[in-house]
Amino acid sequence: MLSFLIRRLLQTIPTVLAVVLLVFVLFSVVPGSIASTISDDVDPQVELRLKQQLGLNDPIYVRFGNYIGKLAIGDFGTSFRTREPVTSMIAKRAWPTLQLIFTAMAFSVLLGVPLGFVAALRPGGLVDSAAMIVAVTGLSIAKFWLGLVIMYVFALKLGWLPSFGYGDGGLKHLLLPALTLGVSPMALFARTTRAAVLEIMTADFVRTARSKGMSETRVVKWHVMRNALVIILTTVGLQFGGLMGQAVVVEKLFSWPGIGSLLVDSVLQRDIPAVQGSILVVVLAFLAINLLVDLLYGVIDPRIRYA
Amino acid sequence: MTGAPLIEVEDLRIDLDSGSGRVAAAEGISFRIDRGETFGLVGESGCGKSITALALIGLLRPPLSIGAGVIRFDGREIQHLSAAAQRDLRGNRIAMIFQEPMTALNPVSPVGRQIAEMFVLHKGKSWREANKLAVEALADVRVTAPERRVNDYPHQLSGGMRQRVMIAIALACGPDLLIADEPTTALDVTVQAEIIELMRNLCAERGTAILMISHDLGLVANVCRRVAVMYAGRIVEERGSADIFRAPSHPYTQGLVDSLPRLGSRAALGRSRLKEIAGVVPAITSFPDGCRFNPRCAHATDICRSVVPTADFLEAGGLVRCHHHA
Repeated sequence: MLSFLIRRLLQTIPTVLAVVLLVFVLFSVVPGSIASTISDDVDPQVELRLKQQLGLNDPIYVRFGNYIGKLAIGDFGTSFRTREPVTSMIAKRAWPTLQLIFTAMAFSVLLGVPLGFVAALRPGGLVDSAAMIVAVTGLSIAKFWLGLVIMYVFALKLGWLPSFGYGDGGLKHLLLPALTLGVSPMALFARTTRAAVLEIMTADFVRTARSKGMSETRVVKWHVMRNALVIILTTVGLQFGGLMGQAVVVEKLFSWPGIGSLLVDSVLQRDIPAVQGSILVVVLAFLAINLLVDLLYGVIDPRIRYA
Repeated sequence: MTGAPLIEVEDLRIDLDSGSGRVAAAEGISFRIDRGETFGLVGESGCGKSITALALIGLLRPPLSIGAGVIRFDGREIQHLSAAAQRDLRGNRIAMIFQEPMTALNPVSPVGRQIAEMFVLHKGKSWREANKLAVEALADVRVTAPERRVNDYPHQLSGGMRQRVMIAIALACGPDLLIADEPTTALDVTVQAEIIELMRNLCAERGTAILMISHDLGLVANVCRRVAVMYAGRIVEERGSADIFRAPSHPYTQGLVDSLPRLGSRAALGRSRLKEIAGVVPAITSFPDGCRFNPRCAHATDICRSVVPTADFLEAGGLVRCHHHA
């Protein structure tokens, strides 16, 4: 178990390096720089000085070497824009993003998984049809549009909740963006759960369970649920990664001060250290979630043991 | 064994809803099993023996359903019982063992718990008591160190061990009838003999009747007192198991007996080709008229192709459905 953990942690190093390299190269080839985003006609003298100051005139391999060297000691560099250390920028933004993602996740799991279960118990029934219409719709709606509609209805028309911003960080401001972010994973979980349960219901051990004389409810509770959980867990783990990407859109839309909006702003202003840092944090979070999912497999399914 | 039979099946028909209409997957099935008796149902894959068993325990799922006929268990008709009443019988008084011990157990649940469920479901025990009883049940099926084994998951056990667990589950509540659907087909030969022996002894001790289903005529005749042979959804012959080998009456049964390889036959009869029954079993949607065996039968005449043979009772006991039986 411990050796598995250590091996998995070591395996993340090449992944992280590859991501760092990729982002680094991308931002060396895109046109424009921090200087050109300040104004359309910057004095070339000023631009040159600025670039020199920030080390942007060095050859790319020198810059990359410098960056990696600092990264190795946990230094994400200093923002071009605010002159603030990137680590502290991210630290401030991490909590709102976590809040948003976990609330959206909780909403989608708590609603989607039971919905899938209920739908699978009577395939083709009324609940099943209704649930699957909801699921397909939820998966197909574009986030930015859904966010606008939700804002319009709940904030503008009904006036129940604030339409944007972080406020004091309470639930009030959190609900609408979390709802927007949670709809498509909820739909996906409903579909995956339904498919998983339907498949497991045809398994031999379910027939054995029925031959013992248990009610269908007990069959599901005692024998289907845990088997379905393995499949559901995989989807949930993958969706965490997806949500971190989608959070960028939702955070921007609702002016939510998270890592996603930091990333968008930093990209627009060519604030390379901030971009690097934000992406790196998202990637690390994704890897951590994946590792957690792998460990949970072992808890749920006794056939999976780590050596 | 006198008195009312334990289970009596009369003219049972099982329908298959193919979407475009119903076809009878099995029909005219009649047999009885006395208390503590061993009865075998033999036939090729797809002849309807497994679905007959599933009908008895009330586990036919769509597209299969009981079309007609009566199943009387302990004097009571059970084919139209409510779902709840059927569940009281199932597992408790009629239990079943399936073919594949690899997949018939829940992979993510310890085997002890899967046995314990029986006591919780039917005997009103708490989980605590049920777990203790599960250890005893495992000991009964001759599993060594049962108090440790109850915590094992199915994948940690061998095929033979898993089938022992299945037997422990099936016999947990002391059922009157054990249906064993090809219980040893997935096991290797030495384990097969052990499992059969175990099942037979335990059932004999407890007075549990066995309905054994197999394609292996030799095995069934060895275990059971009486044997019914099924072909294409009908019972064609039902005999005492000694008689069926000595003097099979239906041409199909004769074919089955002749096609069994025998140890020492080469020394006695010289080198000869193993006999086979020509042709294949017809598909369920294209059963021939009359006797369903007629296209493969060497003795078939016009009457065989048009009239369904009725049951002829044999002097030596048993019955056969053939116009020209021996």
